Amino acid sequence: MRFAFTEQQTEFRDAVRQVLTKVCTPDALRAAFDTPAARTERWTTLAEMGVVGLTVPEPQGGLGLDLLDLVPLLEEAGRSALPEPLIETTALAAPLLAAFESGQAVDWLERIASGEVTAAVAPVDVISRSVGSTAGEAAVPAAVGADLYILSSASGVHAVPSTDVTVTPVPSLDPTRRLGTIDWEPTTTTLIASGEDAREALAHLADRASVATAAELLGLADRMISIAAAYAKERNQFGKPIGSFQAVKHLLAGAQVKLEFARPAVYGAAWSLGQVELAGSPSGSRGASLAKAYASDAATEAARVSLQVHGAIGYTWECDLHLYLKRAWALAESWGSSADHRSRILASLVDELHQTQS
Amino acid sequence: MNNTTDGAMDLRFTPAQEEFRAEARHWLAANSPAPGSLPSLDTPHGFEAHRAWEQTMFADRWSVVSWPEEFGGRDVGILEWLIFEEEYWRIQAPVRVSQNGVFLLAPTMFEFGTDAQKARFLPPMASGEEIWCQGWSEPDAGSDLAGIRSRAERAPDDDGWLLTGQKTWASRGAYAEWCFGLFRTDPDAQRHRGLTYFLMAMDSPGVTVRPIPQIDGEPGFAEIFFDSVFVPDSQVLGGVGQGWSVAMATAGSERGLSLRSPARYTEAVSRLVSLYAERLDRDPARAARSADAVAQAWMDAEAYRLNTYWTACRVLAGGTVGPEASANKIHWSETDLAIYRAALGLLGPEAELTGGGGVAGNPWLDGFLFALAGPIYAGTNEIQRNVVAERLLGLPRA
Ligand SMILES: Cc1cc2nc3c(=O)[nH]c(=O)nc-3n(C[C@H](O)[C@H](O)[C@H](O)COP(=O)(O)OP(=O)(O)OC[C@H]3O[C@@H](n4cnc5c(N)ncnc54)[C@H](O)[C@@H]3O)c2cc1C
Repeated sequence: MRFAFTEQQTEFRDAVRQVLTKVCTPDALRAAFDTPAARTERWTTLAEMGVVGLTVPEPQGGLGLDLLDLVPLLEEAGRSALPEPLIETTALAAPLLAAFESGQAVDWLERIASGEVTAAVAPVDVISRSVGSTAGEAAVPAAVGADLYILSSASGVHAVPSTDVTVTPVPSLDPTRRLGTIDWEPTTTTLIASGEDAREALAHLADRASVATAAELLGLADRMISIAAAYAKERNQFGKPIGSFQAVKHLLAGAQVKLEFARPAVYGAAWSLGQVELAGSPSGSRGASLAKAYASDAATEAARVSLQVHGAIGYTWECDLHLYLKRAWALAESWGSSADHRSRILASLVDELHQTQS
Repeated sequence: MNNTTDGAMDLRFTPAQEEFRAEARHWLAANSPAPGSLPSLDTPHGFEAHRAWEQTMFADRWSVVSWPEEFGGRDVGILEWLIFEEEYWRIQAPVRVSQNGVFLLAPTMFEFGTDAQKARFLPPMASGEEIWCQGWSEPDAGSDLAGIRSRAERAPDDDGWLLTGQKTWASRGAYAEWCFGLFRTDPDAQRHRGLTYFLMAMDSPGVTVRPIPQIDGEPGFAEIFFDSVFVPDSQVLGGVGQGWSVAMATAGSERGLSLRSPARYTEAVSRLVSLYAERLDRDPARAARSADAVAQAWMDAEAYRLNTYWTACRVLAGGTVGPEASANKIHWSETDLAIYRAALGLLGPEAELTGGGGVAGNPWLDGFLFALAGPIYAGTNEIQRNVVAERLLGLPRA
């Protein structure tokens, strides 16, 4: 057993952190709130570093790595509340396309790796593992302004170009979510997987999305706690830093403990999904659910606590905190809430128990 | 695939580790008493039955697998120890009556003990011949451990110390042969300074033990009175005046990796899931109301397992466990409570039933009462939250 990231993985993470600290500042986030965009200079920078094409196979210009390699980078994306769709494009769309290497998939993959394309992926219900909607009633994240849409219909999974869809924006608390409903007509030209292949792809998609989203939530939680801890050291009341008051300490410590235990849960799940024998298995899916539920709870607790520690200033538009809170709240409910994942875990455990008994 | 510190992440065990697991499983299946068959270890009879089990394990070198062979171990690493624990809890083998010794004192003794101390104390600790209790808390020094008043003065012949004072809440203290504890050797030094870590025989003249019945009615801990008890110099662990830092090593083991292995909780949650499934057939409405709590308890245990392996691999790569041990202690103690609270919720009106044989007759209730102490002992969870806030997050001390 070696349950740790490699030096290479941590070095890449550090490099991404360094870049995002410069190009994904709170001011940059405010600008993104004002004018949300799918492809930005930041996206190009990340593409040049190899981050965007990380999961794209090497022949198509990517690094050919997997979700486990991406997880530390997604944590960094979360820490900076990166507005661009790294989850959708790199964690979800690229591996899905790579699994069904048709001519059009290859073309899409090349364009993802070069940074020309961002993707939107219609959410799959993590419980039923079916798509919430084919006609586009459900709001799809990263939809407004995307180039590629991964959508499902009765016929299977489709990779649909923006020219074939009509996107109607849906307002979100976090405008960088770029939610939209999608109108489209399934055709055979866009079909990339059907039948059992499609069902399997959607099941994997739900697990991968849970883990990728969980990784961003880890970064968000860490950022919120560190913003609040820094504030608690510098804000004085009663002649002392508020961080010296035990009530304040215990709020932050509680959130920190949740975060510490969410981390290995996410890393372990990411590793499992990279193992042929575990990906899509009941235990692999339970691991993904654990990761998402734990990270969602850690992030919502970090959000609650960091706001409380700030007092009124945290409740203002002026304070940077809300930029992170809003993303955390949105991601905590996306790809299955923690309650959804708990219920998925329990159903799976009971199923397994019945199987071993019969 | 192995324990080296390079190479890609891999959560599988090596073939050698799987072989070790199979061997442990095989031996435990052949030798372990049936689950729940031993009387409570807090009764005189039960204490001896648990000691006999320790001796059985020791005879085949299973009582302290991670220790060097010369002291009765198998010299295996931390991952193998975790594997052994998984098998131990899977088969629901007896609670370790020797745990204060093997899990808390031993790691400290390996770090700070002299060769003579190791040779004298470790083998009988491993065999269960000598059971240890922990003498830290005093009536006026609980969370504020540095406030202890029990003192040690030089013996007239200058070959040891005379210990005077009172310790309390010493688990297993009612029957243990030996006690490790902190005493003030320098009355003028402030608080953390001037403390010394002693090893005391409980049958020394001047020691009086008064067992204290716990919440379940059994004398699980005891008060210990010391009246000019002679302790030779050879029974000072880690140097005179060094008691605080030696004690913190023991506390690190208590909160960190060694006292509570994850298997204890992962096995308990798998029984909890069985209970849930059984109740789902009998009383689906009640079961449904507990579903979320059952799933949460399963997650807490599984997250603990993953965090333990994560930490173990960090330690194997040369890392250390510092204030993270405090986060760990909060998590395991809260996990234990979450498991048994969920079970009582499933049992509903049956939760309070003991079956007439004392609390032990209802393992869920027994487990619940045991779990309630977790947030108190090994340093209360409030104190651990202070540590997390001050040492992991850098918040200022009050
Ligand atoms: C089952 C069991 C077994 C035990 N076994 C042993 C043993 O083998 N050996 C041994 O030496 N001791 C043992 N103990 C004692 C244990 O270590 C103490 O109970 C513990 O350290 C707390 O001390 P106290 O009970 O005096 O409580 P106090 O220190 O009086 O604390 C009471 C309450 O006040 C809170 N509090 C105190 N100070 C602070 C603070 N600074 N900030 C916030 N809150 C605070 C505590 O968290 C707690 O909630 C055992 C206890 C139990 C329950």
